[in-house]
Amino acid sequence: MLVQSIGLTLQLATLTTLILLVVGTPIAWWLARSTAWWKEAVATVVALPLVLPPTVLGFYLLLLLGPQGPGGWLAELWGGHSLAFTFQGLVIGSVLYSMPFVVQPIRNAFEAIGDRPLEVAATLRAGPFDRFFTVALPLARRGFLTGAVLGFAHTVGEFGVVLMIGGSIPGQTRVLSVAIYDYVETGDWGTAHLLAGGMLAFSFVVILTMMMLEKRIGRAGS
Amino acid sequence: MSPFRSLALAALGALVLVAEPGNSKAWADDTSIAVAANFTEPAKEIAQLFEDKTGHPVLLSFGSTGQFYIQIKQEAPFAVLLAADGETPKKMVDEGLAMANSRFTYAVGRLVLWGKNPKVPAGEAVLKSGAFEKLAVANPALAPYGAAGLETLHKLGVYEALAPKLVQGNNIAQTFEFVSSGNADLGFVALSQVITKAEGQYWLVPASLYSPIFQDAVLLHKGAEDPVAKAFLEFLRGPEALKVIEKYGYGTASAG
Repeated sequence: MLVQSIGLTLQLATLTTLILLVVGTPIAWWLARSTAWWKEAVATVVALPLVLPPTVLGFYLLLLLGPQGPGGWLAELWGGHSLAFTFQGLVIGSVLYSMPFVVQPIRNAFEAIGDRPLEVAATLRAGPFDRFFTVALPLARRGFLTGAVLGFAHTVGEFGVVLMIGGSIPGQTRVLSVAIYDYVETGDWGTAHLLAGGMLAFSFVVILTMMMLEKRIGRAGS
Repeated sequence: MSPFRSLALAALGALVLVAEPGNSKAWADDTSIAVAANFTEPAKEIAQLFEDKTGHPVLLSFGSTGQFYIQIKQEAPFAVLLAADGETPKKMVDEGLAMANSRFTYAVGRLVLWGKNPKVPAGEAVLKSGAFEKLAVANPALAPYGAAGLETLHKLGVYEALAPKLVQGNNIAQTFEFVSSGNADLGFVALSQVITKAEGQYWLVPASLYSPIFQDAVLLHKGAEDPVAKAFLEFLRGPEALKVIEKYGYGTASAG
């Protein structure tokens, strides 16, 4: 039971982080380079989960994932009629919920590069893709590291949204934070202590590691 | 007035403002009542009737019986608990959290299987065929209606087959909401939650399939000296409250 919740949480966080790196990078790039007047509106939408209560997100997700929403139509592809209470549903929720934590650091890193290195690369006849992959990406690696670690950690720490769209199904949606909640609520404080202590240690180690890595990369990069 | 003095006055004003909501008088006036989620609607009506009659407002909080048990153990400021079972109030009396002799059955709960999907008609047949996607149940460790739902599945001999289709709500209100939003086809909820609603269809689970749900009210330790809490419990046994309780489909202790 415990191992299952831990495994599920790591699986969810890993998948969410990978998706966010793939989806978030072009968004971050566009936000960093575009001159469109409405780009800050897009940036605001991406940042919304930072301030919205998880209940707002959970409520809308419940409708979006349900039979009357796009999630329901998607679920029909494999004969279901709702994505709520499924692992896929949690991934969708987590991607939205953790997006600002991944996009923001990457955007900052892209912006910090400035125009100069890319212009130099262009004069050396590097095409746009070449410039992006061989110049921008390596220069922004610190932002990627921060984004990945924060996205991962934030997904592990997700609670309110999962509580609203998960249904606490062992092996599918019963992630660690929900398991801890269940243990506390049912009075099994021994197990709750074990898991809560583990989370505390995990979070400490993650943030400490990130800070130390950032320092090292920063030194190597300059 | 010197600038220092006006600053000090402003700080004093801020202090008064901050202290105001927490002053003891405001708290003493509020009687908080913990209500099992299945009793949400009737409790609101009864509290309104009580206020109309006595002039005393009461604060209602809704949740699962098990949640309240843990919270009250941690000194939550509730004066009265309207539980969804008899065991929890009894346990609380035994543990000194509630007043002995204050416990009584205010309602007898009825379990229903409820659904909104016309393709999945709620009934014994659908539980046996398993021709649906998800069945919502309240966390059986916290919510007596959830436990009754699982008991029904066991009695029908379909628990093993349906276990992968179960989704768990934190309390009976969330379980209702899972079905209401269309995300679960069916759910075990309380008759009181669906009896006044036109949407969907429900199957009244035969009483032979689950242990009777005697819902007990109890005066908590924190409410021992609270006349409003005592008056509310008295009111809950009275004819006006009884009418509301029956309207929502509950049995009453005297009737069975």
